Amino acid sequence: MSPSPRLWVSDVLAGNIREHCARAYPHECCGALLGRDLSFLAMDPDIDVRTIPREVLALFPLVNRREDSPRNRFSVTADDVRAAERAAQEQSLEVLGWYHSHPDHPARPSEYDREHAWPWYSYVIVSVQAGSPAEMTSWRLADDRSGFTPELIEPMRDPAAGSSAQEAHDAR
Amino acid sequence: MPVKVMIPTPLRPYAGKHNSVEYKAATVADALRQLTSQFNDLKRHLFTEDGKLRSFVNVYVNDEDIRYLAKEGTPIKDGDTISIVPSIAGGD
Repeated sequence: MSPSPRLWVSDVLAGNIREHCARAYPHECCGALLGRDLSFLAMDPDIDVRTIPREVLALFPLVNRREDSPRNRFSVTADDVRAAERAAQEQSLEVLGWYHSHPDHPARPSEYDREHAWPWYSYVIVSVQAGSPAEMTSWRLADDRSGFTPELIEPMRDPAAGSSAQEAHDAR
Repeated sequence: MPVKVMIPTPLRPYAGKHNSVEYKAATVADALRQLTSQFNDLKRHLFTEDGKLRSFVNVYVNDEDIRYLAKEGTPIKDGDTISIVPSIAGGD
């Protein structure tokens, strides 16, 4: 069995994700994970690049555009994706993936998540139970779209640049 | 001058790590057909099993969403840029 992919998230940014998810309860929240994928450092072509850690260095919280069923669905429009990509580029980062919450449901990807997922991205899911953030997990879609591979979330030191994108976005 | 097709980050591993590729094409469908012929692994991520563009795959010609033009039949001319832009959805 190949080793799991890894996602480095500081305690501060993990806390910010949980806070956003709790604030949105009972609705689902969503946002972008900005950072660096270090797989380009792999010199050995035999290395599975998915095992090289990604580091999340900033967040880009978004508005859930699903107005018809926001308690169990979230939507990020193409315009929001482009805004997240611009925010990432301004900080010399890239969009590594997306986070969303599962209000009163486990932090496991649903069939609906799988059907709508893109490969490569990290999908962080936070379970929010009765308004309180609980388990946080991360996942990547399999190449053949058949399911998700769990991604290990590992703590890292708090990046100095970590708050800038979020503060700028929150100030709007 | 050919048209340029911009590949979004999550699809680059399936497209030879290219940021963009260029084709001679008359319509969006024609360009996407050439793209998925060259990089067969892209097909399952862009199209459903019955050959329709997936709902979360957005295609722009220059800055115009093809849903508001002639969809995949949208004509393109030399020098145009086709962008594949993700939208993201999910839920419990």
